[in-house]
Amino acid sequence: MRPFTYERAASPAAAAKAAAATPGAKFIAGGTNLLDLMKLEIEAPAHLIDVNGLKLDTIEETDEGGLRIGALVRNTDLAADRRVRRDYGVLTRAIVAGASGQLRNKATTGGNLMQRTRCPYFYDPNMPCNKRKPGSGCAAIQGFSRSLAVIGGSEACIATYPGDMAVAMRVLDAGVETVKPDGETRTIPIADFHRLPGDTPDVETALDPGELITAVTLPKPVGGAHFYHKVRDRASYAFALVSVAAIVQKDGSGRVAFGGVAPKPWRVEAAEAGMSQGAKAVTAQAFADANPTRENRFKLPLAERTLDAVLAQARA
Amino acid sequence: MERSGIFDMSRRGVLAGSAATAAVTTMPRAAQAAPAPAEPATGHVSLTVNGERHDLTLDTRTTLLDALREHLQLTGTKKGCDHGQCGACTVIVDGRRINSCLSLAVMHDGDEVTTIEGLGTPDKLHPMQAAFVKHDGYQCGYCTPGQICSAVATLGEIADDVPSHVTQDLTAKARLTNDELRERMSGNICRCGAYSNIVEAITEVAGEKA
Amino acid sequence: MKFDTPATTNPIDRMTVVGRPTPRIDGKYKTTGTAPYAYERHDVNADPAYGYMLGAAIAKGTIRSIDTSEAEAAPGVRAIVTYKNSGPIAVGRFNTAKLLGGPEIEHYHQAVAIVVADTFEQARAAARLIRVDYARAEGQYDLAQAKASATMPKGNADVQHGDFATAYAAAPVTLDETYTTPDQSHAMMEPMASTAVWDGDELILYTSNQMIDWGRGDVAKTLGIPKEKVRLVSPYIGGGFGGKLFVRAEAILAALGSRAAKRPVKIALARPEIFNNTTHRPATIQRIRIGATKDGKITATAHEAWSGNLPGGDPEGATSQSKLFYAGANRSIAERLATLDLPEGNAMRAPGEAAGLMALEIAMDEMAEKLGMDPVEFRAINDTQVDPMKPERPFSQRHFVECLRTGAAKFGWSRRNARPGAVRDGQWLTGLGMAGAFRNNIVLDSGARVRLDRAGRAIVETDMTDIGTGSYTIIAQTAAEMLGLPLDQVDVRLGDSAFPVSAGSGGQFGANCSTAGVYAACVKLREAIAAKAGLDPAAAEFADGHVAVGNRKVPLAGLADAGDLIGEDTIEFGDLDKRYQQSTFGAHFVEVGVNAFTGEARIRRMLAVCDAGRILNPVSARSQVIGAMTMGAGAALTEELVVDKRFGFFANHDLAQYEVMVHADIPHQEVIFLDGADPISSPMKAKGVGELGICGIAAAVANAIYNATGVRVRDYPITLDKYLDRLPVA
Repeated sequence: MRPFTYERAASPAAAAKAAAATPGAKFIAGGTNLLDLMKLEIEAPAHLIDVNGLKLDTIEETDEGGLRIGALVRNTDLAADRRVRRDYGVLTRAIVAGASGQLRNKATTGGNLMQRTRCPYFYDPNMPCNKRKPGSGCAAIQGFSRSLAVIGGSEACIATYPGDMAVAMRVLDAGVETVKPDGETRTIPIADFHRLPGDTPDVETALDPGELITAVTLPKPVGGAHFYHKVRDRASYAFALVSVAAIVQKDGSGRVAFGGVAPKPWRVEAAEAGMSQGAKAVTAQAFADANPTRENRFKLPLAERTLDAVLAQARA
Repeated sequence: MERSGIFDMSRRGVLAGSAATAAVTTMPRAAQAAPAPAEPATGHVSLTVNGERHDLTLDTRTTLLDALREHLQLTGTKKGCDHGQCGACTVIVDGRRINSCLSLAVMHDGDEVTTIEGLGTPDKLHPMQAAFVKHDGYQCGYCTPGQICSAVATLGEIADDVPSHVTQDLTAKARLTNDELRERMSGNICRCGAYSNIVEAITEVAGEKA
Repeated sequence: MKFDTPATTNPIDRMTVVGRPTPRIDGKYKTTGTAPYAYERHDVNADPAYGYMLGAAIAKGTIRSIDTSEAEAAPGVRAIVTYKNSGPIAVGRFNTAKLLGGPEIEHYHQAVAIVVADTFEQARAAARLIRVDYARAEGQYDLAQAKASATMPKGNADVQHGDFATAYAAAPVTLDETYTTPDQSHAMMEPMASTAVWDGDELILYTSNQMIDWGRGDVAKTLGIPKEKVRLVSPYIGGGFGGKLFVRAEAILAALGSRAAKRPVKIALARPEIFNNTTHRPATIQRIRIGATKDGKITATAHEAWSGNLPGGDPEGATSQSKLFYAGANRSIAERLATLDLPEGNAMRAPGEAAGLMALEIAMDEMAEKLGMDPVEFRAINDTQVDPMKPERPFSQRHFVECLRTGAAKFGWSRRNARPGAVRDGQWLTGLGMAGAFRNNIVLDSGARVRLDRAGRAIVETDMTDIGTGSYTIIAQTAAEMLGLPLDQVDVRLGDSAFPVSAGSGGQFGANCSTAGVYAACVKLREAIAAKAGLDPAAAEFADGHVAVGNRKVPLAGLADAGDLIGEDTIEFGDLDKRYQQSTFGAHFVEVGVNAFTGEARIRRMLAVCDAGRILNPVSARSQVIGAMTMGAGAALTEELVVDKRFGFFANHDLAQYEVMVHADIPHQEVIFLDGADPISSPMKAKGVGELGICGIAAAVANAIYNATGVRVRDYPITLDKYLDRLPVA
């Protein structure tokens, strides 16, 4: 871990401003991913801006009938919130499917969106990786790719977005509220928040330099039955091979997003028209452009089967 | 379509037929990272650990775990992986269990930390410690302090109605079952495989509390 | 004490302390975090410097240049040791690759440097400032590809008994299948760690090592110093499973770094470097052929196994149980070893049998199905009470059939539906599976010293280690039984090379052998005590803190007023392990659920029945078995070091990517021990139990998955991608 200086931010705007003004600065909230990567020098910030003291840790109801979740609301608290459990069950289910109790106590709403990939080659600094070291090559495409993306990747990178929470947020049409160094605020639709790698896999989100996440907003509840089915090798404390976040209405219509399959939570709205006809109708369209490796092509039938399991549960 | 399994020379490929003669140089990160301070930066932190206040000046890089183990010599909290992948470093901060390896000490100014040493001593075991001894909920002992801190906090989380991955009905109050304990304790790896006994120990303590 | 005739009645048979369920005497230290592990010896040196290892970035090749100047100039750095300034580094007797590499690199993450600095943070940062220029050489990393070039390893001559080919050709029912097991990692929770302190030319290493005397010798050999100048201290070990049988890089680096920095140095391997820097259980390819009569009698068995290792390394030995486990007149056994440039392969819990039974016990299940027989019955009718290839050589004891029958009854095996894929529970296909367990009982000489102090307390000293096995407690029980003392009047001091040399912890020999050594020392001490009390040693009885002959009864407290009374001895095993085949047996029963949609496989129930001689402490013995079952469950379902065959390394080298079982994977586990003191194994009449539990369990899980789904997977671990497309229609 490279040496770094450290400050506690006084306000969101001040944090953003400091981040833009200080070379090599990064925000730190829960730190559960950033410190992990700093120990390997995959992240090497020269300056850390601790945002934990900012009062962004409440969940409020919005005028539109939804929720506004402060960026510093811990995963545990978000999952346990009575309103979330009642109206946005898919979100609670996704959060508690991720990591461990200890990590969820630290991890924040904003930080979780910033989680980086668990690609084994990204994690080994001796290996080529276009995400970690642009231009060095991708060791994963022809390497150990079992956990990696089957769709949305590029010739430069097939890393998977590893999180669960954002997959549920994607199906809930969440918005990511931010403040920029100049004080400007904006809301980025969750669909646009994570970027596909293209030629620049090191650029993972739509955030500008120094831009700070302040909240995530959820539109008013859409009802329906909520599911988050996470398939993994061991029963807990593991990343998804495939996950399905779904909301199924009584008439069989609904929404679905997939985790563990792409560089971002994967949702193809047009494919959801097929929900009432069964899983295959959805996945055939949602994964029409899939480009798997030999090691991870099982994720395609697995995604279909997992959605099938969810739909069967919804019918039961 | 499926990606080909053979190497090629494009940017996406990494090793071609000439792998045998390839040279590899591991570069210092300094060449890529932003300029870093030459001397380690330090920070002040005031921690209350097991009821005792400590004012420390630490390298900003020092984790809460290393502050406990190396600076306060509270080595009951273990370093198993240092990456949040095993749970051996679990401590209770302001009433919540966390991985102390993935937290900087300087981020805990003013916090109350409870470590395994704060739960009980060899002559005066905490009920959870005593239950681990009774049920042989350990073998090598290295994950044990983390398991015990996690177990104590887990019972608190159930009491506080925090749901888990195996909670059937999210609108009902969290319950204490074998499945719930197993899921909630899954962030604490025991390679010796004492899981079955650990859950029995926790169940006994939970029963006494109920 | 020579042990060359079967034990007769002795004080252990009283079983007033030995054999009783006894909580661990070290439990209060482990549960309060006060048991000191190797990196935590603030008590012996308050101000150590910190070491950090740099591992090689290539699997095979040479260091062309290594530039430490930037690292040396980094804040707090006190010393950097590489091959250039280390002095000669030999290869230890028990090591295959060098523990400090360079200029030649033999495997990925082989140590190339230690940085010593004032703080951990400084050492870690400086290690990454070392610039190494490597020339990568071509290597062989693919076992399947190297298989053709594999040769018969030394000491593993082919076994041909009877005429396999003819018998197999004539058998009406045959099986010929190939199974694969992957490379696996010990993944003990405590990283390899050492604190080195030099006192002149003498080195003290506070370390984490299962085999103190082996370690002492290899530290000396590696550094080129006399063995007498090395002391190893290892009272608590955070798990080993074979990974700490041998001296590893951090111990040598600590010694070198401390010598260079002229300060005590402590170092622990960083978790992401452990998987490639240290040893692992090598992958195997196993071909098994079995021929049987229509009524299920095995007439022909062939087991061929291929594994790989660095030059000079050993094979995995996956065929070993196939010489002894089942009856059958005609047998062909062959072990083959290929050269691979992966990290060093070496012992991991039940080396040989664990991997061998993963294959053999699936084969037995397949064979039973071909025969239309129940798999319990098929195993039972192929039981043998003698070495099948030397019928004059009996097993010392063998209650395998009783294990099978007891387990079947207890588990409700009769309710199993033999037709696979036929039982549903909602979205889940459920199934039952079983397997046999077999692991040899190894005996090694073991010494101890037992002192009686003036207060009448006994102090046991031996270099035996407790790696979580419960050695402290069973040794205390042994001394208490022998001396007629309550358990809390016995102190046990372990893991110090200043103490008599023991068997150490490995190969499930530790419990039986080390307690037998304590028994021998106690026999000597009893003689000294009786003499001191003026009693006839031959007639003296020890109970309730007294030594007595007839009505004369003398309290032990006070007898040693003039100085401790000491008994020291070594149990030396004769040829009883040659005259008799000494082995342990078991039967595993497992119920699984497999999600009919997603293929997720989860274990619902587990039962093991064990035949392992006298059980010294049912509490810690049970723990050994459930722990091994848990590790075997991981072997069945998740554990695999993934070989990147281009770069030649294990790609999933951390605890997030190498998935071991977690709480949620493991249901309540049941263990039953059959009664059966074995007087041929030792005066303790105990046998090993620490590895038996991992033998066969993975196959039991595999067989349960087959019973649940009808899909047979012969390639471990059994992950859903290997059978998803063959699941019955949900």
